[in-house]
Amino acid sequence: MDFPSYYLDHLAGGRLIIGIIACIHVLINHPLAVGAYPLLTYMEWWAHRHGRKDLDELARKITFVVFIVTTTAGAMTGVGIWLSTSVFAPFGIGSLLRVFFFGWFAEWLVFISEVVLIMAWFLTWKKADTPEKKRKHIRLGIILSVMSWLTMALIVAVLGFMMSPGDWNQTRAFVDAMTAPLYLPQLAFRTAFALMTGALFVWFATFFFTKGKDNPTRTWVVARLSHVTMTSLIFLLMFGIWYWLRIPQEMKANSAVALLSQDFAQWHSKFLTLLGWTAGVFCVIALGGMTAPRLIPRWALLIPTFLGIWLLSHFERAREFMRKPWVIGNYLYSNGIRKDEVAFLQHEGILKYATYVKYRTVTSDNKIEAGRDVFMLACSRCHSTTGLNGVVEKFTRMYGPDEWNAAAMKGFLGSMHQTSTFMPPFPGNDAEKDALVAFLLETRTTRTPVSGAQSEGISLPETLTR
Amino acid sequence: MNLLLTTLAEMPVPRDLPLPLPLPATLLKVLLVLFFLVHILFVNLTVGASLLVTIFEFMGRKPGRERYDDLALAFAKTVTVNKSLAVVMGIGPLLCINLVYTLQWYGANALTGHAWLLIIPLVTTAFLLTYLHKYQWESWRHGRRKILHLATGAAATLLFLCIPFIFLANANLMLFPGEWEKVIGFFSALQVGNVLPRYLHFLLASVALSSLFGAWWFWREDAPVPGFTREQLRRTFYGVAAAATACQFLAGPLLLLTLPGIGITGRLYAIIIPSAALGLLTLLLLLKKWHGPDSELGREHGLIWILFSVVVLGMGSGRHAYREAALATQTAAIAERSAAYEKALADFNESHHEQAIPTESPEQLFATCGACHAPDHRLVGPPLQEIARIYANNPAGIVAWAKAPGKKRPDYPQMPPFAHLGDDKLRLIADYLLATAPK
Repeated sequence: MDFPSYYLDHLAGGRLIIGIIACIHVLINHPLAVGAYPLLTYMEWWAHRHGRKDLDELARKITFVVFIVTTTAGAMTGVGIWLSTSVFAPFGIGSLLRVFFFGWFAEWLVFISEVVLIMAWFLTWKKADTPEKKRKHIRLGIILSVMSWLTMALIVAVLGFMMSPGDWNQTRAFVDAMTAPLYLPQLAFRTAFALMTGALFVWFATFFFTKGKDNPTRTWVVARLSHVTMTSLIFLLMFGIWYWLRIPQEMKANSAVALLSQDFAQWHSKFLTLLGWTAGVFCVIALGGMTAPRLIPRWALLIPTFLGIWLLSHFERAREFMRKPWVIGNYLYSNGIRKDEVAFLQHEGILKYATYVKYRTVTSDNKIEAGRDVFMLACSRCHSTTGLNGVVEKFTRMYGPDEWNAAAMKGFLGSMHQTSTFMPPFPGNDAEKDALVAFLLETRTTRTPVSGAQSEGISLPETLTR
Repeated sequence: MNLLLTTLAEMPVPRDLPLPLPLPATLLKVLLVLFFLVHILFVNLTVGASLLVTIFEFMGRKPGRERYDDLALAFAKTVTVNKSLAVVMGIGPLLCINLVYTLQWYGANALTGHAWLLIIPLVTTAFLLTYLHKYQWESWRHGRRKILHLATGAAATLLFLCIPFIFLANANLMLFPGEWEKVIGFFSALQVGNVLPRYLHFLLASVALSSLFGAWWFWREDAPVPGFTREQLRRTFYGVAAAATACQFLAGPLLLLTLPGIGITGRLYAIIIPSAALGLLTLLLLLKKWHGPDSELGREHGLIWILFSVVVLGMGSGRHAYREAALATQTAAIAERSAAYEKALADFNESHHEQAIPTESPEQLFATCGACHAPDHRLVGPPLQEIARIYANNPAGIVAWAKAPGKKRPDYPQMPPFAHLGDDKLRLIADYLLATAPK
């Protein structure tokens, strides 16, 4: 990539930070916005129709929680995905933005309406004191629900596109990106997940705003929402299978690794078992709510909540991993090198055309320093040196604790995309492979952490214009 | 030519992304300026109003001046709405700046990386404190709790006052790529260009705009604050807006004088000077209202907003003119370098197209194995010698194993599958292995 490298040595280059921010965002957005808005609107509508002041008051109180969380952490983690990808993967977000500008632009407009609507909906709740005003207020809730779903629908188009660009590679057209093969199943899966967890959230929140087991407000909520949970669960499983069947074959070859990181590839079947448990617990809770609502204690809802968080985080992680080695399928690798550049860079060298490096060619004097630059350009977007997902650890697993064979390491660099299909091909020439190996051997002994541009600045090659 | 080379030697000239822009660059730049001004309006209303809220609440502490406390609460209620709009309206300019200044903007983000990412927790915290401050107003009204309440509001305001530095540092740093080599982290980025005068300019604009907003908000019939007439409020807010605007006539020239020369052009002056003149007119009008009789207060409010908007549009355009001029050399160099790179790449791919097609030799294919298998000793997997012994005269066995390796040796890691190479290539590899492995 031709940008200064923001890099955190202990955090897999820092890419984990995007993941954490994105997961928090999704875990707020799906249950609290997409899932909860329609349910709370439904509560308000029911309360209005049947004169249930208690339900209206409960819906307002839960909306207050939703309002506070979504307009602070929810909104800021959403913006945070932008801010973090722009430092960790500027080539990726920059390229996606050029393809998907209209999608993001439309998403922005919908997002504006969503923010305005949630503020209007919550802040005017108490002022809607006549039947006429109440009807208008309920209508606001309906529009808000639609808009928040639409925001998700637009963003999922981008995510689906990253995994499987469909016809885009040939046509480079925006519409093709929007109709990529994984789009609909992923959107359906997320919608079901949002409703299922949204129902659970409203149910859980009800325990804090109502008192007593036989409280009629609580009984109403538990009876209705357990049915919503159950129905959404059935749809979730159906859409999950649909999604799985659509994932292109070559990505599926990776997915055993994707689901539980390389070390635990053989645990794939165990993962499926655990997935089954998650669905099972949701099922038990929903059935309990449907048949014996009084018997379900508050804490019992925490189990499906945590399992839901776990399930979705894994889903996102697997989704992110399965697209490897690509950022944009068949076009751009995760290290920012384009597919059509690889042969050229292998021939010419990656340093020759790089901007933020100290040396443009490898010599016997600068080998280690040049190797460090090669590491920064080719590896640092996913790997650290000695920290999380560290290259030293990876090579130790292969070549053991004793002396490493430099020739074998060099050979591995040349064929790593064959042995590990989630790795991109090495994008440099022979001398750069040697330099990288020299840097790795040096780092193995010194274990000196590598710093990014944010802590040690940039260095430009002296021969920039010569 | 020599001069150009010297300039370039100190300035990074990265390669641009090869994908075309989704809209013409000029249109994106117009949108950038317009969207940014909408965003900054709400940022101004958030920062300025939260500062005024803190001051009013502090004034309202003394017995007999409780009405200022009520005013603070009424104003605080607008902050929680405007801050959400500030965030959401920030996406549009972010989209545009990412597109038209991809290399400069992302570069600046990376160089101030830690601070840039801190925006997320800092803004979230500021927002949560703002809500706490607003919703605890009644229950924390008396005694020690009031001190806690004041502190909460002050903490949120302090955060709101600090966070703009991060954005300013980035917006400023992107203009001077020639200085990037000297920058080590956020604080050193503050020393590039003229961040401090820019901040002062921004802060005064925040106070002026929030006051103008207050003059409108508290004039409405259904928004009375006990203890004040609406004329009193409008007069007070006009006065504050006038004071802040008057200070701009010191801050503005300071900002202009401290700007690095690289982007200063006749065009910049041609935009800035008429805008400043219009600003002076606005100031005079504000002062007239502030001094004049109550009967005059209801009139010409819309005119003040229009004048203010034109001034702001002028300042925003001036900023853009400076940015364009400051980046002109680098932009041209980037275009040239990117085109040269893409040409070299296309030429290479053209001429190597035929050579890439021929099938790889068994020896080349076999290199894949060499990373883990050495001829006569254990590397990652067992030596080739041993494999050749096990599979003597059985290349099909090697193919079957390589497609779906099992795990035979407890002290070795499991081999990854190579089914993606295909049967034919695997057979070539197997034959080569059996023929060349040491006996």
